[in-house]
Amino acid sequence: MPRVVYQGSSYEAGGQSVLDCLTARGHAVPSACRAGVCQSCLMRAVRGPIPEPAQKGLTPAMAARKLFLACQCIPTQDLEVALADDVIERIEARVCAIETLNDEIRAVKVRPQDRFEYRSGQFVRLFMDARTSRNYSLASVPALDDALIMHVRRVPGGRVSGWIFEHLEIGDTVTISEAFGDCFYLPERPKQDILLLGTGCGLAPLYGIVRDALNHGHLGRIHLYHGSRDACGLYLNEPLNRLAAVHPNFRFRPCISEGPSADGYCAGTPLGVALEDSPDLSGWRVYLCGNPQMVEAARMQTFLAGAGSSEILADPFLPSGTEGAPAPNLQ
Amino acid sequence: MGLYEDLGGEAAVNAAVDIFYRKVLKDDRISRFFTGVDMAKQAAKQKSFLTMAFGGPNNYTGLDMRKAHAHLVEKGLNDSHFNAVVEDLGATLKELKVPDHLIAKVAAVAETTRADVLGR
Repeated sequence: MPRVVYQGSSYEAGGQSVLDCLTARGHAVPSACRAGVCQSCLMRAVRGPIPEPAQKGLTPAMAARKLFLACQCIPTQDLEVALADDVIERIEARVCAIETLNDEIRAVKVRPQDRFEYRSGQFVRLFMDARTSRNYSLASVPALDDALIMHVRRVPGGRVSGWIFEHLEIGDTVTISEAFGDCFYLPERPKQDILLLGTGCGLAPLYGIVRDALNHGHLGRIHLYHGSRDACGLYLNEPLNRLAAVHPNFRFRPCISEGPSADGYCAGTPLGVALEDSPDLSGWRVYLCGNPQMVEAARMQTFLAGAGSSEILADPFLPSGTEGAPAPNLQ
Repeated sequence: MGLYEDLGGEAAVNAAVDIFYRKVLKDDRISRFFTGVDMAKQAAKQKSFLTMAFGGPNNYTGLDMRKAHAHLVEKGLNDSHFNAVVEDLGATLKELKVPDHLIAKVAAVAETTRADVLGR
């Protein structure tokens, strides 16, 4: 008989759904409709095959993360499961480079000591100590980079970013989690147009996604808009302009939202400038990363401009103070 | 065959959900009830609602409906707003070329939730 493994315990599934099996043993698993529609009971398969009906209606990105609907999942073989955003693994990694990207953002490159699977645009949790951690998106591409690259903004008074800026040195060993998040490139539709909007170090995941897409030979348009109040807040302009010069389907637009406009920059927010360039987003895939207000506004506006709700992938960088909450991207 | 099958099942829900939600968000009569909501979660809720209205599989109870809408009733949700949603739903189905007699059936299913949604 197949068994369900959860938080170190193993239970006979007995023909029940994973949701019923776990709630019957007193585990709190969020749920609402119990009919495979509302997606409240999303869980993640750690080991074992996911029965096909349990992924019905999920986006390709969710399915690729091995997420499934616990209420629709009747295991056919042993299945180890976790809540969708639980940290399961802690991995040691060695700091191999620290580079200055602008006045307040540094690239921290680390090499995991073990095999590490991720997709560009996902994030990892970086632990300062056993209790203190922040999430950082990955700007690196598995096929192109031999290290994981995080963009760390120095947050005024920030504990973890302060520690990274003042104490972290090349050669140090740090602890990171496995990679999370569904904001990553999907190679299945190479002709789809892609819009990417980011503010501040929200550029990190987008930089990874863009390079991953180009490396896959993506054929559709790839339009990246990176915004900041002023030119000092922007970074990686040179490599992005070089990519745009080599790839005719890639367009990079750095945007300045305040003060006088400058040569080579667009005046306005990434969202405003992008919607002026492409008012009809029917059929586009959209990636949104950075400031939570920008992300929520852009989610609404790009949807109203025609992007499908399941084609909008977002990664709001929530401020810390919500530690312990599920999967906020604390940057 | 039931209503859900007549409409085309899950594929019909998927085809309708974005069109319907866009109509609702653009509808000045009701858009204010959607300001500040988590759009990603809301899209899944719209899908649940459509599945229910299409006669599809759901385990929602009247109590769920009451709880889910209580905060909106406090903000003034009333019959006129309920009617606007049903109207947007009908317009969505018309756009998808669903025959009138099926649209009427969907409206009738939606109607059964009125008292719970409005907390009466």
